[in-house]
Amino acid sequence: MLGIPFNILVFQVFTGLVLGTIFILLAIGLSLIFGLLTVVNFAHGAFYMWGAYAALLCIGCFGNFWIGLIVVPVALGIAGMVVEYALIRRVYGLNPDYPLLLTFGLSLIMIELVRMLFGTTGYPFNVPALLKGSINFFNLFSFPAYRIFVIAVTAAVIASLWLFLEKSNIGLIIRGGTRDSEMVKALGIDISRIWLLVFGIGTGLAGLAGILAAPMRGVYPEMGIAMLVECFVVTVVGGMGSLKGAVVSGLLLGQVVSLSCLFAPAMSNIVIFIAMAFVLLVRPSGLFGVSGLLE
Amino acid sequence: MKKNGFDFGKIMSWLAANPIPLIVVVLVIVPFISPYKALATQMVILGLLALGYNILYGYTGLLSFGHAAYFGLGAYATGIILIRTNCSLLTAIGAGVFVAFVGACLIGFLCLRRRGIYFALLTLAFAQMLYFTANMWESLTGGEAGLRNIPHPPLAIPGLFSVDVYAPTRFYFFVLAFAVIALILLNRILESPFGRVLQGIRENENRAKALGYNTNRIKWLSFVLSGIFSGLAGSLYTLHIGFVGIDELYWEMSGKILMMILLGGPGTFFGPFVGAGIFLYLEDIISGYTRYWMIVLGPIFVLSVLFFPQGVWGTVRLFLERLRKTPLEEG
Repeated sequence: MLGIPFNILVFQVFTGLVLGTIFILLAIGLSLIFGLLTVVNFAHGAFYMWGAYAALLCIGCFGNFWIGLIVVPVALGIAGMVVEYALIRRVYGLNPDYPLLLTFGLSLIMIELVRMLFGTTGYPFNVPALLKGSINFFNLFSFPAYRIFVIAVTAAVIASLWLFLEKSNIGLIIRGGTRDSEMVKALGIDISRIWLLVFGIGTGLAGLAGILAAPMRGVYPEMGIAMLVECFVVTVVGGMGSLKGAVVSGLLLGQVVSLSCLFAPAMSNIVIFIAMAFVLLVRPSGLFGVSGLLE
Repeated sequence: MKKNGFDFGKIMSWLAANPIPLIVVVLVIVPFISPYKALATQMVILGLLALGYNILYGYTGLLSFGHAAYFGLGAYATGIILIRTNCSLLTAIGAGVFVAFVGACLIGFLCLRRRGIYFALLTLAFAQMLYFTANMWESLTGGEAGLRNIPHPPLAIPGLFSVDVYAPTRFYFFVLAFAVIALILLNRILESPFGRVLQGIRENENRAKALGYNTNRIKWLSFVLSGIFSGLAGSLYTLHIGFVGIDELYWEMSGKILMMILLGGPGTFFGPFVGAGIFLYLEDIISGYTRYWMIVLGPIFVLSVLFFPQGVWGTVRLFLERLRKTPLEEG
C-alpha cells in the first residue's frame, strides 16, 4: 500500500490501538460525567496529568509500578469526589456554562500547582522491568510488551465498567439518571451520592490513563491539555453521553491519528479535527449520540 | 441627594444611556496612572479583544472557547503582510481584520451547527487546529519561533501626511482611537433592534425563533462581528509588540479572554475594559513576586465564578442601579 512495508503498517495500526485505549479511558470518564451530571469536566486533562505525577511519586515512595497502578486511580477518584463535593455541587442547576468555567479555572490551578512543586520541565518515566522488551508474533511483527499490557488493562476496565453499568443496581441507577434524573429522584433515590460516585469513577479513570500513558508519552505539566482537546473531539465524534460511542470513536480516532503520522506526517495533528468537522457536517449528534442532550 | 442640587441618580442614568464619554475619559487618564505605558496599551488592546468576545458570550450567550483563533489570525495576517509586502500601516491592519473575518465566517458556520456545550468544544477544537497549523507551517508563520523583525511603517496617506506612531504615548492614543471607534460601533449595534435580538437569543433562543427571527443567521452574524473585533485587537497587538508568537493562538489565550470577561462582567458595556485592566494589572503585580502568577489568578477566577458571576463591573452596576432607584421609589 503506497509503498509502505506491511509490517510498518501493522505496527502503526497497533500504535493507533494503544493511543485509542488512552482516548477511551479519558473519553469514557468525560462521557459518563457529562451524561449523568451534564458537566463538561474541563479539569479532566489535569486529572490525567495528576495521575502521571502521582505515579511518579508512587514509584519514588514504593519503588514499584504495580502499587501505583492500584493506588493512583483510587487517589485520583477520591480527589475528584472532593472536587465535586466542594466545588462543582455548588453550581448545579445554574447556567450550564458555570461548571465548565469552574473546572477550567480548576485545571489552571492544578497545572500551576504541579509546575510549582515539580518544576516546568518534564520527567522521564521508565517502563516497569517486568514489561520491558517486546513480544514477537509469528516472526513477523514484534510489539512492545508494555503496550500490549496497556491494551489488556483497558479492555479489562471497559469490560468491568460495562458489567457494572449493565448488571449492578447502582449501574441501573446511573443509566436511569442519565435518561431522566428528576424521575430517579422522584423514586426516592439520593442521586447526589451517585453523582459523587460517577465523578470519582471518571477522575479515577483519568488517573489510570495518566499512569498508563506516562511510560509512553513522558510526564510534564501540560501533558493533559492537548490530550483533553483530543478527547473532546473523541466524545463529540462518538456522541456525548454514549459509552459505546466513546469506545468506537476512541478506537477510530486512534487509528486516524496514528495512520496519518505514516501517510501525512505534517497533517497528523490536524487530521483529527478535520475528521470531527466531517462527522459534524454529516451527522451532527455524533456517531452514537442522543441528539438534544444539553443543547 | 437632591438637597445640594447634585442629582446623582440623574447623572448615573445619563451615563447609563451614554456610556462612551465616560469610558473615553477614563481611557485617556489610564496611561498616566499605569505603571508603564506599554501596560496601558496592552490593557486597551486586550480590552478590545474582550469587547469582541463580549458580543458573542456576554450578549448572545454563546460560550466560545477558541477566541484566540481570531486574535491570532489578525495578528499573523498583519505580521505576515508587513514582512512580505511593502504595504501601508492601515492596509496591514485591514488585512488582519479581513483574515479574522474570513476565519470567523468559516469556523462560525461549522461550530454553530451545534449548540450549548458542544459549541464551546467545537470552537476550542478549531482554535487548536489553527494553532497546530501555524505550528507546522513554518515557512509562513515561523512555527514555534514566531514571526520576528516585523517592520513598523508610519501611519500615512500618500501625499497628505505621514506620522510615526510608535512612541509609547503616541501608540497608546493610536490604539485608543481604534478602541473608541469600536466602542461607538458596538454601542450602535447593541442599541439597534439587531442588538436586542442578540440579547433575546441569550435569554431564550426558542422564543426568539418563535417570533420569526432566523436565529441561526443572527448567531452567525454575532460570531463574525465578534471575530472582526478580535482580529482588530490581534492586528494592533502585533504592531504593539512587533512580534507574533505562536502562544497567541494557543488555548491559554482563549482562556485568558474568558477570564477577563468574567472578571469584568459579561454582557456589560464597560465589563471588557474593566476585566482586561484588572487581569493585566494583577498579572503584572503578581509576576513581580512569583512566576507562577496563575496560582493567584486561578483561585480568584474560580471564586468569581462561584460568587460573582456578574463580574466586577456587573456587581458595581447592580449597586449603582439600586442607588439610582432608591430616591425614585421613595418619591
